[in-house]
Amino acid sequence: MLEKVFIGSKKYWTWVIFLCILIGIGTLAFLHQFKQGLQVTDMSRDITWGIYIAQFTFLVGVAASAVMVVLPYYLHNYKEFGKITILGEFLAIGSVVMCMTFIFVDMGQPLRILNVFLHPTPNSPMFWDSVSLLGYLLLNVIISQVALKAEKNGVKPPNWIKPIIIISIPWAVSIHTVTAFLYSGLAARPFWMSAIMAPRFLATAFAAGPALLIVLCLLLRNITKFYVGSEPLQKLAIIATYAMLLNVFFLLLELFTALYSGIHHHKLHFQFLYFGLDGDYTLVPFMWTSSIFAVISLIMLLTPKFRKNEKLLLWASIFVFLSIWLDKGLGMIIAGLTPSTLGHVVPYWPTTTEFLISLGIFALGTFIITALYKIALTVRRQLKESY
Amino acid sequence: MTMDRRKFLKLTALATSLGIAGKPIYNIIANDTPNNLKKRYALVINIEKMLAKPEILDKCIKACKKAHNIPDIPNKKKEIKWIWKEQFKHAFLEQENEHIPESLKLSPVLLLCNHCDNPPCVSVCPTQATWKRNEDGIVMMDWHRCIGCRYCMAACPYGSRSFNFMNPRLHLKEINSNFPTRTKGVVEKCTLCDERIAEGKLPACVEVCCNDEIIFGDLNDPNSKIRKVLSKTYSIRRKPELGTQPEIYYIV
Amino acid sequence: MYNGGKITIAIIIFIIIFTSPIWTNWLNPQKAHKPEIVLPKDYKECIAETDYMKAYHMDLLNEWRDLVVRKNIRYLQKDGKPFLINGKKAEMSLTKTCLNCHNDKQNFCDQCHNYLDVSPYCWDCHVDKFNPLDVEQCPKRIKLEVNVEQNQEAKQ
Repeated sequence: MLEKVFIGSKKYWTWVIFLCILIGIGTLAFLHQFKQGLQVTDMSRDITWGIYIAQFTFLVGVAASAVMVVLPYYLHNYKEFGKITILGEFLAIGSVVMCMTFIFVDMGQPLRILNVFLHPTPNSPMFWDSVSLLGYLLLNVIISQVALKAEKNGVKPPNWIKPIIIISIPWAVSIHTVTAFLYSGLAARPFWMSAIMAPRFLATAFAAGPALLIVLCLLLRNITKFYVGSEPLQKLAIIATYAMLLNVFFLLLELFTALYSGIHHHKLHFQFLYFGLDGDYTLVPFMWTSSIFAVISLIMLLTPKFRKNEKLLLWASIFVFLSIWLDKGLGMIIAGLTPSTLGHVVPYWPTTTEFLISLGIFALGTFIITALYKIALTVRRQLKESY
Repeated sequence: MTMDRRKFLKLTALATSLGIAGKPIYNIIANDTPNNLKKRYALVINIEKMLAKPEILDKCIKACKKAHNIPDIPNKKKEIKWIWKEQFKHAFLEQENEHIPESLKLSPVLLLCNHCDNPPCVSVCPTQATWKRNEDGIVMMDWHRCIGCRYCMAACPYGSRSFNFMNPRLHLKEINSNFPTRTKGVVEKCTLCDERIAEGKLPACVEVCCNDEIIFGDLNDPNSKIRKVLSKTYSIRRKPELGTQPEIYYIV
Repeated sequence: MYNGGKITIAIIIFIIIFTSPIWTNWLNPQKAHKPEIVLPKDYKECIAETDYMKAYHMDLLNEWRDLVVRKNIRYLQKDGKPFLINGKKAEMSLTKTCLNCHNDKQNFCDQCHNYLDVSPYCWDCHVDKFNPLDVEQCPKRIKLEVNVEQNQEAKQ
């Protein structure tokens, strides 16, 4: 089925070539970073994790969100999601590949990355994170490949795929829980060391993922005339609404704990995010934008009249996605490390190299999703035409 | 539920494996302190004596830098320091006290890796590139294995670890050939001069102290000098509430 | 064959590019500089036989790496006794033992490595010039309180 990637319209090829150019630029930027070391980033002795790990954290959520379409369809026979499961699984594959690439470019010695598997360390959440990401990628590749092939041949998928699909559901939850454990077990970082880290991660995942899926489905309807139907989109919107509500609720819970308890060093992180600290106001505009977007998106999603209007739904989903991206992909990591363990505020803003590499990796993920969606949609179009 | 032999055997197998697996899993999650250390090396840093003779601070730092090929990186954000000076109010953040004498608040204190008994950096390292030695309690680094993920730096509550953002040899004027330099992309920190201790010498920072500003010794030896000093004077440690059990004691 | 002409031309171009190392060398023969090793003048005995060292010095160094760093076993043993070089116990150290005798890296190590186009990354960290230690010391030297046991010596 891979040959379907190479057959496409002029618009398709323009898009693919554009993505390949971005990937190429990102690769060159990475080679520069590989040669010079991570000094080309703005990370410092105090801000040890930056945009790469932040994007990884955010994208693990998007990857985990595939479970939100797989679970209703396979476990509860919700037939309306029949057309979407493959799109969710392909989105997961693209996201997991992006996650692994972001980790790879963040390593000081990326060529030694196999040491994680050569010297397994069960007490390290990072070891389990690698295992679970790899496993999740394999699961989704197998499941999507088998499901699509079965659809193409007009038969039901073989029975042995059912247990694998069932496994992928808790596995999806586990990848994001493990990623949350990376942060929530660190006594050194009071902003991260919160039991609600894992639930918050899952809530943002199940909001951002379906929101992105809605955007992609509406895009596909405009570009390719493939329409999943309004019923699945509405269900996805409801899932995203509940998840976003939970996310905002959890954020307010965290604010309450930090502010009511009055523990100075816990409050400082929130102060840094929303009001600036020691002259560093970098993240303030982004965090307020994130909050405003969250409120707007919730108003749009909670009102049935707005939610049922697909044009407004598109914008609501974009706001959900952006709000969560600003919160997790920009705010969370840097706020956890600022102020440092010694109370210093060190500024961080990604350098051009970091931006180019990140852009290249996003382009890589988009390319994979484009290619996989192209395969799925071509298969379906050819099935329809053959009737 | 009806019971038959097959079900019974399955249940027994499950229960046995859970029972056997329970302790190791608990060990992994609960981060138990290893209590079977033969020696437990520790340092006592006497802040008062150092304030009386402030040039000692620079002497210690310089000795460490020279012995271990630590580069002098101009960009403070990317600097590498194994032992360094920090103002008291930053070194002991948890001792927030408006009425500590101003002079003490701003005085420099020597900070280094605390070689904790319960090191969070060791728990999180995915490749065991850092570990706590059984024979003497030093938290060691293996620069061959480190992949530079910097998880240990995120986990360390004391900011003791530095990362090689670039090739350190670019900023080294003279090299001590008895000790390797490191390469870009690995995390490094004080290793309590394990290579000097192996030859029977004192750590470099201790050796340049003439008046017990830093005392080095084995806490497991009840007759050692360090035990005597600690039993006579009140000492504080950094962030003791975190459960890391740091082994660098400060006498104010 | 469809597009037969284009395919044949492409195959020929591919073969030309693929075999370029061979024919560029025919046209312009340059003998690779054979390794000319300069052995150390002052020391005659190495820690093992030459043939063994030629074949296994990489594995040896790998073993040393884990023994010294991870197990804190630092001194070399031969036949149950510590191996002495010039009367001193030999450490399992690239810089301190190997380069102590083979102190001319360019005319020894690099000769074979360059010939085979091998660039071991050991030299990124391990210093290739051996100089004696020079650390400032306090005039009143304090004796180590603790009894540092003699390190367990490794079997070679």
